Amino acid sequence: MEAIVTIENLRKYFDIKKSIFSKPRKVKAINDISLNIPRGSIFSVVGESGSGKSTLGRLILKLIEPTSGKICFEGEDITDLGSKDLIKYRREMQIVQQDPYNSLHPRKLIKDIVGEGLKIHYKLPSDEIYVRIKGILERVGLREEHMFRYPHEFSGGQRQRIAMARALVLRPKFLVLDEPTSALDVSVQARTLALLKELKESLELTYLFITHNLAVVDYIATHVTVMYLGKIMELGSKDEIFSNPKHPYTMSLLEAIPSVGRGKRIRKIPRGEIPSPLDPPKGCLFHTRCLQAMDICSKEEPDEIEISKGHLCRCHLYS
Amino acid sequence: MHNEGSNVISRRQLLVEDWKHTLYLWRQNKLAMVGTVLVAFFILIAIFAPLIAPYDPIEVDLSQTLLPPSSEHIFGTDQFGRDIFSRVVYGARIEVGIILLVTVISGTIGLAVGITAGYFGGVIDDVLMRITDVFLSFPNLILAMALSAMLGRGVFNAIIAISLVGWTIIARLARAESMKIKSLPYIEAIRALGASNIRILLLHILPMCMSPVLVQLSLRMGSIILTAAGLGFLGLGAQPPTPEWGAIVSDGRSYLVEQWWISTFPGLFIALVVLGFNLLGDGIRDMMDPRIRR
Amino acid sequence: MSRLLDVENLRVIFHTYRGTIKALNGIRLWLNEEERLGIVGETGCGKSVSALSVMRLIEAPGEIIDGQILFEGNDILKLSEEDMDRHIRGKRMSMIFQEPISALNPVFKVGFQIAETIAHCNDISIGDAYKLVPESLEMVGLDWKRSIDLYPHELSGGMAQRVMIAMALAIKPKLLIADEPTSALDVTIQAQILQLLDELVKIGKNAVILITHDLGVASEFCDRITVMYAGNVIEISNSEEIFDEPLHPYTKGLISSIPIIGASRELTGIPGSVPDLVSPPSGCRFHPRCDFCFDRCRTEPPTLSEISPGHFVACHLYSDGVKEG
Ligand SMILES: Nc1ncnc2c1ncn2[C@@H]1O[C@H](COP(=O)(O)OP(=O)(O)O)[C@@H](O)[C@H]1O
Ligand SMILES: Nc1ncnc2c1ncn2[C@@H]1O[C@H](COP(=O)(O)OP(=O)(O)O)[C@@H](O)[C@H]1O
Ligand code: SF4
Ligand code: SF4
Ligand SMILES: [Mg+2]
Ligand SMILES: [Mg+2]
Repeated sequence: MEAIVTIENLRKYFDIKKSIFSKPRKVKAINDISLNIPRGSIFSVVGESGSGKSTLGRLILKLIEPTSGKICFEGEDITDLGSKDLIKYRREMQIVQQDPYNSLHPRKLIKDIVGEGLKIHYKLPSDEIYVRIKGILERVGLREEHMFRYPHEFSGGQRQRIAMARALVLRPKFLVLDEPTSALDVSVQARTLALLKELKESLELTYLFITHNLAVVDYIATHVTVMYLGKIMELGSKDEIFSNPKHPYTMSLLEAIPSVGRGKRIRKIPRGEIPSPLDPPKGCLFHTRCLQAMDICSKEEPDEIEISKGHLCRCHLYS
Repeated sequence: MHNEGSNVISRRQLLVEDWKHTLYLWRQNKLAMVGTVLVAFFILIAIFAPLIAPYDPIEVDLSQTLLPPSSEHIFGTDQFGRDIFSRVVYGARIEVGIILLVTVISGTIGLAVGITAGYFGGVIDDVLMRITDVFLSFPNLILAMALSAMLGRGVFNAIIAISLVGWTIIARLARAESMKIKSLPYIEAIRALGASNIRILLLHILPMCMSPVLVQLSLRMGSIILTAAGLGFLGLGAQPPTPEWGAIVSDGRSYLVEQWWISTFPGLFIALVVLGFNLLGDGIRDMMDPRIRR
Repeated sequence: MSRLLDVENLRVIFHTYRGTIKALNGIRLWLNEEERLGIVGETGCGKSVSALSVMRLIEAPGEIIDGQILFEGNDILKLSEEDMDRHIRGKRMSMIFQEPISALNPVFKVGFQIAETIAHCNDISIGDAYKLVPESLEMVGLDWKRSIDLYPHELSGGMAQRVMIAMALAIKPKLLIADEPTSALDVTIQAQILQLLDELVKIGKNAVILITHDLGVASEFCDRITVMYAGNVIEISNSEEIFDEPLHPYTKGLISSIPIIGASRELTGIPGSVPDLVSPPSGCRFHPRCDFCFDRCRTEPPTLSEISPGHFVACHLYSDGVKEG
């Protein structure tokens, strides 16, 4: 499959200053990541909070500048483009964010929120804009009358639909979905996921689907990347990762999911919590919590190993 | 077009709902009601000054000097025989004018500087905020005095002086607000749509900074009068025979023991109107508090 | 096993400018000693209000307008606020919340706050209580030397929840109420916290009410599950049966919404959303969203009835003894 987005050796370091007197320290939010997102895929990124998932999404959309590395969209290098040259890519890639309560401008009518993209990119007569807004709202399951309301009148699930409409009104090819359903009730999540699946097919989209819920990944994704402290721990097709998980971190994430209606389970969950990215562990980033850690793990960082075609894993167990 | 009629109605209903809610909160807040009444009186007096005032506020009548309050001159007269009541009533116009101009000038400068500094951050922010710091490091009245002394006497110079003192607080507020809003997800989403910085600042951030700034401006109206009166009293603001309240108080200074009415009545008006604005401002601030609002 | 808590016909309203929110519409809940009850339902269904009512923490503009809450045989709605504080709240029942960091006092160190709780419930001096703090912290899996002098904002969400658990269990409560204790945490940390809670509650023989919107969490942790919808209890059953044989259309909808690894099924979800409780739908409050709705549902509210031993449901589909799968 041809890649719609390719990233090579991407890094993003944030400078953190505790106070004006201390010297800045670096948070390696994204630390040397390379991957290809195949056209038409639902490429999911999972990991605990703080592992760098949102940062990755923002980098690809060029909402923040990478420290180093390369980002290509449909084969074009967009890493160093300024805002003028980026404008045509803005139509192609869009974002739906996590928090439905802060992702819509609270003082604007829905028609203005959804129509903003059209106004920025095209000079259209107002009834043309109206028709397009109405069309896209209906596409995501809302109605014409919703155009004249404010965000606070909508439930969380409806707001996510409005955010989808805002992103889709420009007819993008690629969508970053940053935990689009984590703030929603399961009943609403189910319908939202179904809608996303349907939109992907009918509008021929590609998703970068960020989530911390592996059950959601299993439902929707075609590819999975497991991230930890800014690095890829494991990567492969969804079927491969779920049927043949290799990395201890992936396994702990799977292990931690509550089993629905199957009673109590004894589970092997990782110890402790994700370490501070200001001072990540030496050797394997996961060794402080890994249940299978060996001597070498705290000393040497494992390389990425190809388990089978397209299935990568970064762990000493397999070298 | 497109069945818009019914939608417009639903939007109007929304506004009505919002107003009802505001009124409901208003009625709950007794002090704000008192403030509203005081300020309303003040504004009505200013509007209808020619109808209310029995005499000309400026014309000198040496046959009527220093009369105590009576049925003819309810606030008495001053050393030039001018009716204090009429002067106070016309003075309301001047105060309203000062408030409006100062609010508009300081609000505009403050908003412009504040949202720009907050949105861009970095060097722009550093420079703009150091300038604000310089202004903020002097006490209000002292700075106003210094500025109007520099600019020269007169109402307009006083207005400029007070505005130059007042914008800094607005700028700080707008900066904080703009910094907070620029990092919210909806601004990021708008950036992802390809909006330019100018568009984001003017169409998306500015409207969100308006309401805290308006609240702050309304809170400051009392102190604007106070500063204007202070300047007038010191002879730096409005010049005689302009019936600015502070200047009238100042006129009566030397007669305070014997002819107390000259200074007392305008002083009382200053106090009441400042109180009114402060109560009203507090009320508005409380009502804007989202915790109370929803 | 004896009855610890018995809530009957509890009605709670909130006065707002838009009108009265009928948050709890005569709910029934009960709990035996050492039992674990899960309360599940979508956001806004009244789970938290139920918990706060049991703690008698409903404050203006809220009001408990009817019902009784028997705790160890006494109606706590009849107790004075003073008695509530002296004998019940923070003594025989305690609570943990979704946002542990904001539930802690930001200006005091963690160790001091735990000591204060211990001192309050055992009537001992703070100094004596402080000596018990290390043990408390170790019990919840924290390194006491490292955590005793931290301020709440220096804790991660998981650590803060551990501290809350230490405080809540330090008083050896009969009843522990946990309101979405893991909803803000990563799955890994959620699993850790639930495992910890499971162990400690077993040792302490505490009864637990676990509020969660995650049926998976509830089914693993709890013996029995109460499903709430729009201020009503609509189904009660033990944890296995509710998955194998859900009765209420709402419960079925919730279950069919949960993505399960390997299940490869379509997620149906539930159309619409929880109604505004200022003017809830007539009859069965679920009827506008229910696929099985018939005439009677629009006018007559169903009542909770026992369909099989221990399995209660409030739905007209079952009210004539007709039972379907
Ligand atoms: N703007 C920023 N400034 C400083 N640090 C940041 C910024 N954005 C993210 N980080 C840091 O980068 C790391 C990864 O963050 P994020 O991408 O948000 O993770 P995730 O989405 O997986 O939870 C975190 O440690 C976070 O604190
Ligand atoms: N302090 C409050 N003021 C007004 N309404 C409230 C308050 N607390 C809860 N409610 C209302 O009570 C209902 C139930 O809320 P809650 O118990 O918090 O739901 P849940 O915990 O199930 O998400 C909701 O409709 C909510 O709006
Ligand atoms: S390299 Fe070692 S510590 Fe890291 S995941 Fe593999 S076994 Fe665990
Ligand atoms: S009572 Fe009627 S509307 Fe309510 S859940 Fe049962 S079938 Fe559905
Ligand atoms: Mg994130
Ligand atoms: Mg709740």
